[in-house]
Amino acid sequence: METLDLIVNIAASTLRLATPLILAAMAGLLSLQVGQVNIGLEGMMLAGSFAVVAFGFWLGSTWMGVLAAILVGVALAALFAFVVTRLKANLIVSGLALNLLASGGTAYLLEILFNTSGTFSPTALQSLPNLSLPVLSDLPLVGRLLFNHSPLVYVSWLAIPLTALFLYRTIPGIHIQAIGQNEEAARSVGIPVRRRQYLALMIGGALCGLAGAHLAVGDLALFREDMTAGRGFIALAAVYFAAGRPRLSALACLLFGLFEALQFRLQLASSIPPQFFQMLPYVMVVITLAVISARKEWRKGWS
Amino acid sequence: MPYLELRGIRKTYPGGVLANDDITLSVEQGEIHGLVGENGAGKSTLMKILYGMEQPDHGEILLAGRSLKIANPHAAIQLGIGMVHQHFQLVPNLTVAENIALGAEPRKGLFADQAAMHSRVRALSERFGLQVDPAARVSDLSVGLQQRVEILKMLYRDARLLILDEPSAVLTPQEVESLFSVLRRLVAEGCTAIFITHKLYEIMSICERATVLRRGRVVGSVRTAESSPAEISRLMVGHDVASPQRTPPNANPRDRLVVRALTTGSAHRSTPLDFTIRSGEILGVAGVEGNGQSELIEALLGVRTGVTGDIVLDGTSLSRLNARRRREKGLALIPEDRNREGLSRPMQVWENLASATYYRSARASVLDLGGLQGAARDLIRRFDIRVSSEKSAVSTLSGGNAQKVVIARELAESPAVLIAAQPTRGLDVGAAQFVHEQLLNLRREGVGILLISADLDELLALSDRLIVMFEGRILATFQRDAATRQALGLAMAGRLESEDAP
Repeated sequence: METLDLIVNIAASTLRLATPLILAAMAGLLSLQVGQVNIGLEGMMLAGSFAVVAFGFWLGSTWMGVLAAILVGVALAALFAFVVTRLKANLIVSGLALNLLASGGTAYLLEILFNTSGTFSPTALQSLPNLSLPVLSDLPLVGRLLFNHSPLVYVSWLAIPLTALFLYRTIPGIHIQAIGQNEEAARSVGIPVRRRQYLALMIGGALCGLAGAHLAVGDLALFREDMTAGRGFIALAAVYFAAGRPRLSALACLLFGLFEALQFRLQLASSIPPQFFQMLPYVMVVITLAVISARKEWRKGWS
Repeated sequence: MPYLELRGIRKTYPGGVLANDDITLSVEQGEIHGLVGENGAGKSTLMKILYGMEQPDHGEILLAGRSLKIANPHAAIQLGIGMVHQHFQLVPNLTVAENIALGAEPRKGLFADQAAMHSRVRALSERFGLQVDPAARVSDLSVGLQQRVEILKMLYRDARLLILDEPSAVLTPQEVESLFSVLRRLVAEGCTAIFITHKLYEIMSICERATVLRRGRVVGSVRTAESSPAEISRLMVGHDVASPQRTPPNANPRDRLVVRALTTGSAHRSTPLDFTIRSGEILGVAGVEGNGQSELIEALLGVRTGVTGDIVLDGTSLSRLNARRRREKGLALIPEDRNREGLSRPMQVWENLASATYYRSARASVLDLGGLQGAARDLIRRFDIRVSSEKSAVSTLSGGNAQKVVIARELAESPAVLIAAQPTRGLDVGAAQFVHEQLLNLRREGVGILLISADLDELLALSDRLIVMFEGRILATFQRDAATRQALGLAMAGRLESEDAP
């Protein structure tokens, strides 16, 4: 029974830890599909984390903070869209700038607004209360595993089919695919290319804002400098691993979430320095991607 | 009253290139009108003007008697003008129906109405005899079917005037036939078409009238029934065109390149390739592009991994040698895409000419630049490359002169075997003639030549023997006399009609 308990616990924390990855991955795949890959996912998440804490604190409502996080994400995405579509700036440099802006900007604002550095954890700020779905959460094991989570966990689950539906079934979604694969073709039939690019990137901004909010107030209620810790890049790795497909991207995020959950367990159960285990999820990402792409090459080259 | 009239169209590009000079032409309702001319004659510019992609400096466009300004392609579509580009404007991961309806999708609430999309596409397919599965993914379709999707895309937007820019360039002869019957059907349904090409027999068989452009001007307008290919070609080029003179084949040939059980590790089921090229022989390779030709070239040159089998040049096995060593043994290559694989365009002419052998001029790792530049000047003279100095960037050269740089570099070392891939692609008639003469000279000198070309006329004119590649294997081998357009076309489509021993 104890083993089963452990498994359920690890699975539940996998779902929790995968949440920001899934939300950011949906954002990343929209940017990939529209042909303007945004490596600034990380920065938009971090800004979201800051916004949810700051506005949640000021407005006295964590949910208002979540709304602010979404808006900040959208605003940064719009800035990115402007820079890469209108000013035709390089994608990598622009995304990198977005990350640096968010990292430095949040640390700076932390200093001047809250007169603190490192971590900001106002006691007045509540984390989002767990949402236990009635009846379902009372089911043995499954209830604890699936139906007793912070609300944004459910949002991340909804985001997967909604992203797929948007991309594959709606007219703007089809246009986004067309622009990413053959921009000239899209232009030649009169699709408003730039408007669709803004749309895809700004939806992504909202999703990253949510991802950041979950990191900050999903379980705890605090902001820490650079608390995203590379999750934006892991989400992007998941998107590439899945070649831009929503369900497969989410699956990859779950895998990375699992590595992270295991890492926490191992840290607790061992005397090896925790830094070693903290490194593991990232190492696993690199190994997974290397194996996948090696397999792909192998199939292509020697079948 | 003609359906479409262009009057006095003139277009000068920034930089002073006069692309269209006082062009006047008229197209009747229900006509298939040929627009012919060499590369750079101004056909594309003229059609871009008609499709709203460029604005003329002077002149007038009249459609059904009304004078028009066509600001952009969207406006052209609204006016019922549709264009099938040479490079398809398709989205590979979307379905046929999604591609056809793209930008004008039927709507159902928030979503694209897939059912309506499919039924409209099906209706158009039936009406115009263009069979295609609306649910298929475009990336899974053959080039011929992709072109069908492009045509349907125009019809979906109610195009009445169809511009087809070199539509046959990528098709097998059978696909060209089927395209022609589609065009006839479209015209019977009330459409009008402008057919751009430089292939004379196509104009003769599909067009009633043709307008010939040369250097941006109209040099003639002919009724095909009252004209001849020779007349049209004279108009296009400005002088008579001599067909290449072949000498009789080598009486005592020896094997120059022997290829045995070669697998290229391509995506196709790897069937081993076997063939031999003898001295003074041109072995032609026919086939729709993407059937293993590129892989074969890479395997022969030694720039591909996963290759098995044996390649023997004049008795020496090349299989274990890298590309540089293979070149030193006498292998030379005119690559398929000279701008990507054959030349470094930003670099200077002499640097490109030296790029295969520069290392030999090095003393203690320092290159003898003066010597290399002198050698380049010799080659420029010998191959008549029109360039102001050996220090000009290759990017400033015309297609024909750029190809001469490639040829000069490859022939400078007197190769034993030359692989010539699409050697005249994109060249005008004069430059193509130069290339053909060079190949025939090499043949006379006993060089073995592998000629890979998408141009059947070129293959039929030059080759001593022909092989047809299909899905990575050699499907058929033809002696020169047995090779006909018809038989080659069938083999290119994967069907065997007549076949003789390799």
